[in-house]
Amino acid sequence: MLHDALLIAGKDLRLELRSRVALNQVLPFALLVLVLFAFALDPDKSALTQATPGLYWIAVLFSALLALQRSFAIEAADGNRDALRLSGLDPAGIFVGKVLAVSVQLIVLEMLLGIGVAVLYTTRIEGWGLLIVTSVIATASIAAAGTLFGVLAAGLRVRETLLPLLLLPVLAPVLIGSTRAFEAALNGSPSEGWPWVGLMSVFALLYIVAGVLGFGPLLEES
Amino acid sequence: MTTQSSNTLAVPDSTGSRGTRIIGVLALLSMAALALFGLVLSPPDASQGEVVRILYVHVPSATFAYIGCFLTTFGSAMYLWRRSRWWELVAYASAEIATVFTAIVLVTGMIWGRPTWGVYWVWDARLTSTAMLLLLLLGYLAVRRLPADHEVRTRRAAIVGLLLVPNVMIVRQSVQWWRTLHQKPTLLANGVGAKIEGLMLFSLFIGFIAIGLVFTWLLIHRFRLAWLEDQVDEAGLDVAIAERRAEGAAS
Repeated sequence: MLHDALLIAGKDLRLELRSRVALNQVLPFALLVLVLFAFALDPDKSALTQATPGLYWIAVLFSALLALQRSFAIEAADGNRDALRLSGLDPAGIFVGKVLAVSVQLIVLEMLLGIGVAVLYTTRIEGWGLLIVTSVIATASIAAAGTLFGVLAAGLRVRETLLPLLLLPVLAPVLIGSTRAFEAALNGSPSEGWPWVGLMSVFALLYIVAGVLGFGPLLEES
Repeated sequence: MTTQSSNTLAVPDSTGSRGTRIIGVLALLSMAALALFGLVLSPPDASQGEVVRILYVHVPSATFAYIGCFLTTFGSAMYLWRRSRWWELVAYASAEIATVFTAIVLVTGMIWGRPTWGVYWVWDARLTSTAMLLLLLLGYLAVRRLPADHEVRTRRAAIVGLLLVPNVMIVRQSVQWWRTLHQKPTLLANGVGAKIEGLMLFSLFIGFIAIGLVFTWLLIHRFRLAWLEDQVDEAGLDVAIAERRAEGAAS
């Protein structure tokens, strides 16, 4: 399974490296969202600074939606989905590989977006340990749930509209958790953030297990 | 063509039967009793006044909305595990009814909240998680009603349905922590259930019976309707295949 996962992740990342869709389109979109927030909330007042963790994670969520759509769009063309099914790779491995590839892209995006927030919103970054662990767990949660619901929506005419409807309510705990944990870290009280990391770990685990078990049947049937 | 399809199917006149008619009559009677006890006989609450009467509908609706969710998750699990189409239809029917009941809970809660708290909405843990529950149910229904193959729809909806209750639990937990970090006690904590006595408790009891009967009645009818829809889907396909074959043979 692990071998298959690495194969799939390698393939997706190689595709990204050559096409640079996430880099050239999703990342600018994420930065654009940051700028739009500044337009909507007066940057001279404290609203923007107070809301920074929440705005950051909203930008990540929206970008994640695009990255996930992309992750399944590359399987949709030229009957790749059938090829994937016929390849004999373990479906659980395919799921984990997709999650890995999306996670790596999101982590890179989060780092660049973090720099954007630090520069544009003048955020002082503190509590590195909590920030990094939160990012990793939240990213794994988003990627796992997103990949599971992504394959649910894949191959349908309504996939672009269906994925946000399914995914965003489900990711509400991740948004709350990652935002609170970031707030705790930036306010210099990291002890308040760790329970959220625990909650998100449960979430990530639930979706990784669900994906490993459910990906096979979902890939088979359509 | 239509005669052909109606020949292959034993089409009942309605989704009713003697059992559902009895349940329906009982539901109407208990609703009348609920109106009598809830609106006339039970006293107004000491602190909430007349507004308390809406809770005789609100609280039972919430309970049965949750029961509907559990049925959806359980039915989806049985479909994925045992390939039981019967349970798949139970999951679908109860998800639809749970959606209606969740909407009723939200609307009655807002009507109750306006005079009690002065606002329609507060970011209370229970309110927020109920709103999220409604959105999760709408997601399930969106997948179940996809314009796609029957098998595709049911299989994908079952995965969403299976995750419904775990999702609701995690959302509830997160929302609870989220609110308690900001404001200490929830508004509902000492609102309902603090002290309910005599006639008020009895009215609430009647509410549970009435709403329970309505839930059961709707569930049975919706299940039968979904089953008939399934049959029509399949028969429609068979008829279409038979027609194409006949065309092929004729040419």
